[in-house]
Amino acid sequence: MATSNERHLLSPSMKMADLMNLRFSLLGVLTRMGVPFGFGDATVEEVCRKQGIDPETFLLICGVYAIDGWLPTKERLERADLRDVLKYLRLSHAYYMDVALKELAESLETLIEPCGEKARRIIWRFFADYKDELSKHFEYEEKTVFPHAEAVLRRGADRTFTIGEYEENHSNVEEKLEDLKNLVMKYLPAECRQQDIFRALFYIFSLETDLQKHTVVEDDILVPIVNRLENHE
Amino acid sequence: MSKRVLLIIPSAIVARGLEHIFNDLGEFEVCGILTDLSGSGEAQLRNMDADVVIVDPSIFDHASRGNARASLSEHTSAAVLAIVGSLWDEDSLRQYDGVLSLYDVPTTVIRKVRTALEGRSETPRSEGEELSAREKEILVCVAKGMLNKEIADQFNLSIYTVITHRKNITRKTGIKTVAGLTVYALLNNLIDINTIE
Repeated sequence: MATSNERHLLSPSMKMADLMNLRFSLLGVLTRMGVPFGFGDATVEEVCRKQGIDPETFLLICGVYAIDGWLPTKERLERADLRDVLKYLRLSHAYYMDVALKELAESLETLIEPCGEKARRIIWRFFADYKDELSKHFEYEEKTVFPHAEAVLRRGADRTFTIGEYEENHSNVEEKLEDLKNLVMKYLPAECRQQDIFRALFYIFSLETDLQKHTVVEDDILVPIVNRLENHE
Repeated sequence: MSKRVLLIIPSAIVARGLEHIFNDLGEFEVCGILTDLSGSGEAQLRNMDADVVIVDPSIFDHASRGNARASLSEHTSAAVLAIVGSLWDEDSLRQYDGVLSLYDVPTTVIRKVRTALEGRSETPRSEGEELSAREKEILVCVAKGMLNKEIADQFNLSIYTVITHRKNITRKTGIKTVAGLTVYALLNNLIDINTIE
């Protein structure tokens, strides 16, 4: 885990491998941005430029994942490329829906298989509702918030929506996942197999941590950047 | 293992005297002495993990004296005894698990503290993780989709009491959403799946 001293290490001239070694979850940022492995001893800057990603923006997002409670400075935010932030957020949504939730769904299916029909049905329905809610939340961001951010960037935003409203509307989808975690950990029928519970909890915890960081990227990177652009229009 | 006693007593002479009584007998040990609850006092009260707290009620001002026991309970689950040296409002002493007098002899002090501890362990602690019967009833209503107001009317409770019960249910189960509580109620056979479908 990176400490506060290590925030100075997050520079474009550091080796990509050293950055990735700071914390496991950074690998998620890397792969979602489409950066292939096999980068050898290249620096963050070199690897990012090759992929057409702004290194400062990449580091900004990595900072959120590597250092708990990290708040990017105003200067760093001003240097960031909004397009790359949006690209990251969209690709993350796709990852959550197509990969993370699928893995979790599979592990849950295996987990509740030995349960009675009734328990299976209620747990599965709870998970399906959560999935729907998360999907609706992403949809709102992709149909309303992100296009607005792009419009602000092109200086063509109408004034019917501001990023401030998004902040207020940022619905809390975390609670249901936390409930699922506690239900799986504490209250499943005794028929469930221990290793299946562990596997489901593993996916729940990693999704939970990832989503928390995702929210930080939205609240502390996306929102202030768009806010600034709105005020300069 | 000896029971841990925390003293909240402004008088150093009284505190030292009690410490002497406890340490002589070995059954109890004084784990800390606070003169009042200002500053870091409340945090220390939480962290000491004392089994017994002996408090001089004069550290609470007159207005807050009636709730003194309850405000201590927010920070500790210890048995709480008051120690008084003169005439004191009897009603306000009833909230404590025991009352020591400055004129009690050492054996009386020990006996009173023991009695207070026994009384505590017999009554179910509010911190217990099992839902109470009332909490289960309210959980069932929540799972059925009833509103706080409807629940309050059904059980003849105030809406605030219902909210407190719901907070306790969430604290004990770790489950916050109505949908999650419904799953909990179904898994624990508190309701039948047909009643919510």
